[in-house]
Amino acid sequence: METRHLTCICCPIGCQLEVKMENGEVISVTGNNCPRGAAYGRKEVTDPTRIVTSSVRVSGSVTGAKAVSCKTAGDIPKGKIFDAIRDIADVIVPAPVHIGDVVKANVADTGVDMVATKEVI
Amino acid sequence: MKEVDIVIIGGGPAGLAAAVSAYDAGVRSILILERDKELGGILNQCIHNGFGLHTFKEELTGPEYAQRFADQVRERSIAYKLNTMVLEISRDKVVTAMNREDGLFDIQAKAVVLAMGCRERSRGALNIPGFRPAGVYSAGTAQQLVNIEGYMPGREVVILGSGDIGLIMARRMTLEGAKVKAVAELMPYSGGLKRNIVQCLDDFGIPLLLSHTVVDIHGKERVTGVTIAEVDGNLKPIPGTEAFYSCDTLLLSCGLLPENELSRAMGVEMNRATNGPVVNESLETSVSGVFAAGNVLHVHDLVDYVSEEAGAAGRAAAEYVRSGGEHSGGHEIPVATEGGPRYTVPCTIDPQKVGETLTLRFRVGSVMKDRFVSVYLDDERVTHRKRQVMAPGEMEEVKLTRTMFDKHPDLQRITVKVEEA
Amino acid sequence: MYDVIIVGGGVIGCAVARYLSRYHASVCLVEREEDVCSGTSKANSGLIHAGFDAPHGSLMAKYNVEGSKMMPALAKELDIPFRRNGAMVLCLNEEDVPRLEALYENGVKNGVEGLELIGPDRIHEIEPNVTDDAVAALYAPTAGIVCPFLMTVAFAENASVNGVEFKLDTEVKAITPAAEGGWTVQTEAGVLKAKCVVNAAGVYSDVFHNMVSAGRKLHITPRRGDYCLLDHTAKDLTDCTIFQVPGKLGKGVLITPTVHGNIILGPTAVSIEDREGVNTTAAGLSELLNKAGATVKQLPANQVITSFAGLRAHEDGHEFIVGEVEDAPGFFNCAGIESPGLSSAPAIGKAVAEMLRDKLSLSEKEDFIPTRRGILDPKTLSREERNALIKEQPAYGQIICRCENVTEGEIIDAIRRPVGARSLDGVKRRVRAGMGRCQAGFCSPRVIEILARELGVESSEITKSGGKSNFIVGTTKDRY
Repeated sequence: METRHLTCICCPIGCQLEVKMENGEVISVTGNNCPRGAAYGRKEVTDPTRIVTSSVRVSGSVTGAKAVSCKTAGDIPKGKIFDAIRDIADVIVPAPVHIGDVVKANVADTGVDMVATKEVI
Repeated sequence: MKEVDIVIIGGGPAGLAAAVSAYDAGVRSILILERDKELGGILNQCIHNGFGLHTFKEELTGPEYAQRFADQVRERSIAYKLNTMVLEISRDKVVTAMNREDGLFDIQAKAVVLAMGCRERSRGALNIPGFRPAGVYSAGTAQQLVNIEGYMPGREVVILGSGDIGLIMARRMTLEGAKVKAVAELMPYSGGLKRNIVQCLDDFGIPLLLSHTVVDIHGKERVTGVTIAEVDGNLKPIPGTEAFYSCDTLLLSCGLLPENELSRAMGVEMNRATNGPVVNESLETSVSGVFAAGNVLHVHDLVDYVSEEAGAAGRAAAEYVRSGGEHSGGHEIPVATEGGPRYTVPCTIDPQKVGETLTLRFRVGSVMKDRFVSVYLDDERVTHRKRQVMAPGEMEEVKLTRTMFDKHPDLQRITVKVEEA
Repeated sequence: MYDVIIVGGGVIGCAVARYLSRYHASVCLVEREEDVCSGTSKANSGLIHAGFDAPHGSLMAKYNVEGSKMMPALAKELDIPFRRNGAMVLCLNEEDVPRLEALYENGVKNGVEGLELIGPDRIHEIEPNVTDDAVAALYAPTAGIVCPFLMTVAFAENASVNGVEFKLDTEVKAITPAAEGGWTVQTEAGVLKAKCVVNAAGVYSDVFHNMVSAGRKLHITPRRGDYCLLDHTAKDLTDCTIFQVPGKLGKGVLITPTVHGNIILGPTAVSIEDREGVNTTAAGLSELLNKAGATVKQLPANQVITSFAGLRAHEDGHEFIVGEVEDAPGFFNCAGIESPGLSSAPAIGKAVAEMLRDKLSLSEKEDFIPTRRGILDPKTLSREERNALIKEQPAYGQIICRCENVTEGEIIDAIRRPVGARSLDGVKRRVRAGMGRCQAGFCSPRVIEILARELGVESSEITKSGGKSNFIVGTTKDRY
């Protein structure tokens, strides 16, 4: 049996989780204060994912904004973080940009879009 | 002179929330003065996610969170001035400010909400010896350069201090193509939130060196490296533990200081533990009709709590305006602490003026495990809550209710205790 | 072929340039760094000493007392802040009182006016925060404070307006006699020629002297001094400059207000080898705080906003070396200029300019402009004047540095002036943007933007202080 110790990141409390595994299967998660913690513990050892935030360049902003912040619209596999950044390295979006606008569809082939998180005019 | 009911100093998360709640409490004459070119304050450069779980029940990035509040301000047609620096506030609440369009101007306010936020402790304040080359930035300056301007301030980075901005910037710099070699933390524990250590350091294999500090900065033009040493129990570097880290950038994330120059200049009484004003249950400072909320009052970890606190300040300011500044009693009871809290906000409570609920916030001075947080009204323990772990880096809060106070008509003492299990 | 090349753009080189610019002569000042006031002149106590300290009969005493007397008129001409705040040399134990008396005698001989020996009551009447351990003090009401940056910059601007050419970012490699007479000055940017050379090269002045003279070799030891600067919030600590009499506990450090309302502590004194060794040390900073702490009741050490170190050009003979070198005609030294160098700068500048006038038979210009208008500080204007200014130039309504309340208008002025600012430090030295308690955390991105716009370059080219001190090294994701 394998035991992994994790810090839950679902909320700022940061519960210390203990995940017991056998043959790649999660047997138990303890130390969590809420169901989200148990789900996180389970997922983190089998299929870790992250929201990725970054920024892409903007052209033609009347306020002179040079970049617009963005995020993956949902979780992507932790192993794809750098691929996602690489995939938006050359992206330039024309202003205006609105929150939620897709700046890169299906980023790094994850099936998740990279969307703007700021209004730029 | 132009007259306004409530002038709010700062259009960051605290100022915006205070404005919205003051409006919703019935005040229409409100003016937000913001020194930056847009509303939202420091949130605009905090492009990472994790904001708003408490307020909006969803996880937002900083700019998105700011937009929600800015939208609420605009929906209510609350007035604001951007690129406007407040230079002085007099004790009778004349606010002197300046911008390009209006020049230097005065506004007579009935109430003022201080919401100026905080700044980072600089290298100078830390008194780190060595050369003074380019490449030493506060983490927030780097955050602005990277996230707003799209510039790389450096390629090989060492970070001193494990405050949240430093941890966040470790990840941001890494994602944008820099190599973060280490985060050194003077204390034996991190100053940042746990999840930031997991997501910003552990995810990228960045070492966190607890009980370490930078003892020398090398490089005459641009940073060429730093020397890091381990520190002893008195936080003094241990000779012989020095190690050289080659880098072109040193980011500092060594604590935030409330920006209270305006408050001090107007004679607001300050709390030495928070570097913020002393406030009562209405978040009112020692100057009548001047309220404070957010990081200018005490440095927060979570913007959700800033919004909540500022909402309370906004409502209190509205009530002050509505009642023409009349105080009901003024029987302020100091909040005493025992067993760990370094301070509480508010610092004093007038039981007559407690609303439905009252939130007490505090920080502990050291890492504590398996404790109870209790509040005593005289000798009655009115709340008792288990905390598995408490750390100076994470703010604690306790909710008190009107009902609790009603049971103590002759209340003399209010005590917040951290008790052993 | 220039008439005169001045090597070094510190306060001495710039003072020589300014006083020389009143004569018909072609003058070029060559400075290694990207701005004037980038070496010893930028890291010192900012004092105009009264002149009681330098040994009677020395050049140090002569130029100091002369310089101090020139300051009020000069400050007016060049529109720079200067104030006679007075200085006090404290004696912390009875044994050292004779040293204090000797200092008094020396000062009187040097011609310093108004010196007084005072006791504890008078000490505390003048400065209530002085330690109760003080048994006596020498009080010098004529001692003053000046901004060393603005003094140097003002000399440079005024010299430039009067025709002196400034070659910045130009390091002098060698100085040799030219075959056709005069001097050849080899720089990184090519060869320059001049009839006369002024050596105002600070900690390198021995190197250049020794290149041209077979006579007495000079030997300069860089003597490092660490300083701490305290926030405006500490300004009530003292209004007077407080020294300690050198005594059985060694030499103390001074505490003084600056003309801008900060408090400065320093300097330590450590002889080093490295002429570029301007790094502070933990030992130095702690020594500084301890020693300064001994002279006042309570030192607000938590108000330190920055620390820095400067190098004094200490020559073995501990005396200024000013004048034409005997076996190198046309080569004029301003070497070994350590404390009281800043105080002496006006007198040295004038003296050396007059030596050159006599050497080259220079005639005076009819159209010399003796005055310079300082960078406008809107805080000194009335509200009406200020609003009129903002209406005309809205940049004066935009605060960039929020700690020191510096407007965009002031920064633009600092950049557009003759010998203007080209770096963040250049802006900081001229208008104090970034000098305050946040130490440029908030304003540096804005100042970079303004510099880039005004100079017509990319932001990535803007430096902290020239050379490779760039703030920005690339754009995000540029290595993907």
